[in-house]
Amino acid sequence: MLTINPIRWGKQYKSLDFQEVFHFDTGEPIAKIGQVNGGMVEMDMRKASNARKALRSIPTADLISRCKKAAHMFEHETLPLGDGHQSVDDFIHQQSASTGLPEHMCRNNMQKNCFVLSNIDTILDSLTRGLDLEIFSRGYGEEGRNVTVSFQCQTPVLGAVLPNNSPGVHTLWLPAVPLQVGLVLKPGSQEPWTPYRMISAFIEAGIPAEAFCLYPGGHDVGSTILNKCSRSMIFGSAQTVEQYSGNSKVQAHGPGFSKILIGDDVVDQWEDYLDMMVESVLSNSGRSCINCSGIWASRHTKAIGEALAAKIGATEILPPNNPKAALAAFTNPLMAKGTYAMVQQDIAESGVIDMTASYGERLVERERAAYLRPMVVTADSPQRAVAMKEYMFPFVSVVQCSQKDMIKSIGPTLVGTALTADAAWIDDLTNATHIDRLNIGPMPTSRLNWLQPHEGNLIDFLFRSRAYQVVPMRVAQTV
Amino acid sequence: MTVSTPAWLATNEQTTNAKQALDQQTFETVQWHFHDSTGSPFWLAKKAEFKFDPLKDVKVFDDLKKFPEFEDEWLRGGPINRWIPKGLLGKPAYVFETGGTTGIPKSRMVIDDFKIDYELFSHTLPDEYFPKGSNWLMLGPSGPRRLRLAIEHLCQYRGGICFCIDLDPRWVVKLIKKGWMEHLEEYKRHCIDQAITVLTANHDIKCMFTTPKLLESLAVGLAEKDTSIQEIGITGIFSGGTEFTPQWTRFCVEELLGGPAEESGVYMTPTYGNTLMGLACSRPVTIDDGYTIAYYAPQPRAVVEVVDFEDHTKVVGYGETGRVKLYTMTKEFFVPGFLERDEGEREMPYKKYPWDGVSGVRPYRAFASSTTVGVY
Repeated sequence: MLTINPIRWGKQYKSLDFQEVFHFDTGEPIAKIGQVNGGMVEMDMRKASNARKALRSIPTADLISRCKKAAHMFEHETLPLGDGHQSVDDFIHQQSASTGLPEHMCRNNMQKNCFVLSNIDTILDSLTRGLDLEIFSRGYGEEGRNVTVSFQCQTPVLGAVLPNNSPGVHTLWLPAVPLQVGLVLKPGSQEPWTPYRMISAFIEAGIPAEAFCLYPGGHDVGSTILNKCSRSMIFGSAQTVEQYSGNSKVQAHGPGFSKILIGDDVVDQWEDYLDMMVESVLSNSGRSCINCSGIWASRHTKAIGEALAAKIGATEILPPNNPKAALAAFTNPLMAKGTYAMVQQDIAESGVIDMTASYGERLVERERAAYLRPMVVTADSPQRAVAMKEYMFPFVSVVQCSQKDMIKSIGPTLVGTALTADAAWIDDLTNATHIDRLNIGPMPTSRLNWLQPHEGNLIDFLFRSRAYQVVPMRVAQTV
Repeated sequence: MTVSTPAWLATNEQTTNAKQALDQQTFETVQWHFHDSTGSPFWLAKKAEFKFDPLKDVKVFDDLKKFPEFEDEWLRGGPINRWIPKGLLGKPAYVFETGGTTGIPKSRMVIDDFKIDYELFSHTLPDEYFPKGSNWLMLGPSGPRRLRLAIEHLCQYRGGICFCIDLDPRWVVKLIKKGWMEHLEEYKRHCIDQAITVLTANHDIKCMFTTPKLLESLAVGLAEKDTSIQEIGITGIFSGGTEFTPQWTRFCVEELLGGPAEESGVYMTPTYGNTLMGLACSRPVTIDDGYTIAYYAPQPRAVVEVVDFEDHTKVVGYGETGRVKLYTMTKEFFVPGFLERDEGEREMPYKKYPWDGVSGVRPYRAFASSTTVGVY
């Protein structure tokens, strides 16, 4: 069995504490992962400046080419991992085994991460609006209109408390490396695979190992990272987001409550967009914050619900290695049962109808795991509690709401896809500050253009734009 | 396969002698607590409920199995005086409490036990690292807890003066439950800042008591000031109050204290105990022993057993996992078997403490998720 060790500034640390990871379906032991404690992180963070120093010793152009090399290695090569090696197939199998995601979804997530790293130069160009990366490295420079600009890095390292079961989110921290900011990561207990493999690829591609820490461990490790890193990300629940709201040091990522909003000008042609709705709800087994959890329209909501239910309600559970598997397992069966209990409460409310009720049992319990099959419910008003719910499986509420009330009723929305050509409404949507990513037109909520910032621009998070004035000085010659 | 015998293992003669002393202590303690002239109102009342006569039917330690398990709920609420044995009436008494974040705390009446326990413990401390006459710092819970007075007595018994920094664990638990982590950090910093101030004020403090989490915070706080526990002159640390894992102990020794005692000059001894029992000492913690933390109760005054999770009268085999069960047998307090909120592995007798011990102590799995371990 593979033993994965914590990494402290590039060096493996052989811990005496381990957490074992088992295959959710077969019970087969997959790996044991060494654990650290918060105090260790605290002691290590005193040396965080060395990480940025090591990265700054390499020109950004070189770092970018090494990142591209790392992307290739991440996607195609066998890499060192813990006390052994990991092939691409091992990675896919291990990730599926511990997260419950079907293997082909793991492969898709891998490709997504690889895409971001392979195109890191273009992505950074978009995020910086074309500024020379040397300006970020040096701290100041010439913008091109005879104007000095300065971007001061706010932290030597980016901390990240990563999620357990969403291998797609890792794209968010990858750009830190070419920006010469080190990485301090706490991998999720069930998804250590992507961060470990990515760091291994970075190191193999020639990026200094001392720029990286990987700290598997308990809650104290996460809280220490958030406390000690000047900039960090955390992925968690709505409560987590609330807890860190207003904390400029922490970027909190929670549920997306992503939605499709159908305008009155196209709602009578809703059937034209059914496949787009299905993709938005079902892709990645509904696990992502960019999956659609609400479809809002002023009419035809019952028909939309019925049609969606007919498309996804009968989705069967298939083995994780089946390329057609559309549903991920809950590796903790209690979580599936708990989620289903909450859904039951939602659909008990008057005005809410479960459109998938006739498509068989939704909660399917297996020996070591459980599944929740897709659910489509309709709500006759935004006032129904289910209108604001998001769950970790393909679940969507089709909410009846007039167009004029829609923007003010939808609540926070990570991705909003608006089906409309109504210029006045598009203008209102554009100005709605509670919608983060806005798609105008039939774009599935789950399809992201990586050249656009996601939940805040990483440049704004890691750097501060400030004044920097240089007046030439006459210095006496030294003899 | 040949299994090598550990060098630290007690001899048969040592264990036999220890067993005899335990049986003797059991007999005398039961006679004291259940005799009408010396027993406490609590136990004399309980005696009427038993289907056996403790005075006649309890002769050796194993006879304690006749008693029902001690329920710590009995310690909640008063009157506290019902615990005072008639034979000790009139002596100055203390009350020490545990729990109490919400609801009524558990109270234990004490007269001299804490002094006796810590004096016995004092004799286990190596003078090289805990020099007689040196001053101490007590960084941990005081208030209604036993620790402040106990550590202070330990220090005085060894000829020193004890400086104290208080930490209120009830407030810490509340902060954690409320999710007020910023307040928690600030409170921790408040305690550590005071400790650093005392340690840097030329008081010749060489020894200290603190909890594992506070020790970690102190080391980090000192590191932020470019110094260390080693540099500041601490040579002996007695720590306890929360769980010790081998990994944490290794981290502590290697990274907070500057290495093993023989290299760094700083010795740390983990302990296990509570207000009901005395203080269980640990076998020396070494790299060769995989940083195993094995505790031994101060027999015959107290006993630790590791019992089957289902059958609490059955001791598990050596190396096997079970629930920690405590017994206390002093003239002040009698506990004929109390199930702790911990589990661990049964350890073989150690030559210095020739009776069973327990290692790998951690919160009992059935309670683990509801146990809040804060900075204390």
